[in-house]
Amino acid sequence: MSVKTPSKLEKILSEGHLSVTSECGPPRGSDPDAIKEKAKLIKDYVDAVNITDNQTSVTRMSSLAACIHLKLMGVEPVLQMVTRDRNRIAIQSDILGAASFDIFNMLCLSGDHQSFGDCPQGQNVHDLDSMQLLQTVHLMRDESKFLGGADIKRPPRMFVGAAANPFADPFEIRTPRLAKKVAAGAEFIQTQCIYNVDKFVEWMKLVCDRGLHEQTYILAGVTPLKSAGMAKFMKNRVPGMDVPDDVVKRMADTPKEKQPEEGINICIETIERLKSVEGVKGFHIMAIEWEEKVPGIVERAGLYPRPKID
Amino acid sequence: MIVADKKPVEEIIEFVKDNKKILILGCNECVTVCEAGGKKEVGVLASTLRMYFLNQGKEAKIDEITLERQCDHEYLEEIRDVADEYDAIVSLACGVGVQFMAEKYHSVPIYPGVNTCFLGATEERGLWTERCQACGNCMLGITGGICPVSRCAKRILNGPCGGSSKGKCEINKDLDCAWQLIIDRLKALDRLDDYEKICPIKDWSTDRAGGPRKVVREDVQI
Repeated sequence: MSVKTPSKLEKILSEGHLSVTSECGPPRGSDPDAIKEKAKLIKDYVDAVNITDNQTSVTRMSSLAACIHLKLMGVEPVLQMVTRDRNRIAIQSDILGAASFDIFNMLCLSGDHQSFGDCPQGQNVHDLDSMQLLQTVHLMRDESKFLGGADIKRPPRMFVGAAANPFADPFEIRTPRLAKKVAAGAEFIQTQCIYNVDKFVEWMKLVCDRGLHEQTYILAGVTPLKSAGMAKFMKNRVPGMDVPDDVVKRMADTPKEKQPEEGINICIETIERLKSVEGVKGFHIMAIEWEEKVPGIVERAGLYPRPKID
Repeated sequence: MIVADKKPVEEIIEFVKDNKKILILGCNECVTVCEAGGKKEVGVLASTLRMYFLNQGKEAKIDEITLERQCDHEYLEEIRDVADEYDAIVSLACGVGVQFMAEKYHSVPIYPGVNTCFLGATEERGLWTERCQACGNCMLGITGGICPVSRCAKRILNGPCGGSSKGKCEINKDLDCAWQLIIDRLKALDRLDDYEKICPIKDWSTDRAGGPRKVVREDVQI
């Protein structure tokens, strides 16, 4: 796959390195240090940092503003954008805003339903869906056009990605759905957190059988469990999450004070196992409000030091 | 049909508590089928209001009429001679009927007696579900006859999202995932290949977004 943007993440992937990304959630307030401190903890251990966009529909500092803070401190951000909160005018406008700060990565998502968040009585927009958002970024980047047909001066140059959930139903269309996202322009994929490695491997085989792993870079998503309670919550309460019983049991059988360490062990074992799975081109480590653990995970998983890119 | 649900009676009482002569006006169309505003419900609401006024020691005359339709000039004319006699009219029609009444009878306040909910169908007695959002640009032909605009909580045109679980929507385990239904239907029709066609960005100008809409048919105009 040829390099199309100045993105550091794209360059690392194109050179065949296993990439490492992580993510930070912006604060529920306007203190810029809240996001900068998180970024400082992980910046030397990852290639790029996703900034979530009002995740779980809870109102936070905007992803774009937080990305700018990262960019200004020399960290490569991945702007997450959901279609829930913006119509096509706002979407294109925010893409240009991000491009004006030379933000070179973007992840296109539909976003959790607002009923999960702090404004369940609000409207959702969904003027576009995540695939149409991918198409929009490509139109703007590759053809220098707005959706309305006019030319863009200094078009955005973004490496554009999407999410994939190998565990959502119906399983039979999970690969066709990925194929659709790739056709819509997903150049990289960050997956849902993987706890059911067998099922992920099964999915990756289908992905490779279709040759999709040669058309997009797939980063396997992992989230270290902090406790048995978190494992149960993820299993039972988070939509589209697949936490097998043996993982829950392993956490539950561990003494409470050792559970965080055990969660990290599971995470590292998962990465080790996934490294040899055909088509896996990197890892997306989502340590939810536990960013300080990312460096240790990256080191212990043999993914440190990160490649230097000019 | 248009599906409506009863308004809490307290809300209706708040509208009419100071009136002496009130007409409860039902509609014999959709709201009768969904048991929110037909003759039967007119009778129930009228009785409830009579009890209220009696308990308050107030006198009020509550009349009941149910028209064939409230979204049609011809039927609304049937109350021309009596409408002005009332201090208030509570219309149990959908929002269309309430507004048509208000446009026609200027001197009497018209209050809504139901909440108009959606375009839907009766699944079983006492259960009505949404099927259409009147987007003005029907795409059922490419989605196996199942509407993602009205039946997907995110109205995703290229679904399902990652929240689809065991055929149900992430927002409610009792709610079918529209995209699971679409995929099942395409499979039954041996058209699963169609799933991979990307649905293009939709023109929402025919939807609510384009402002109040009109259908003009010169071929049938007199």
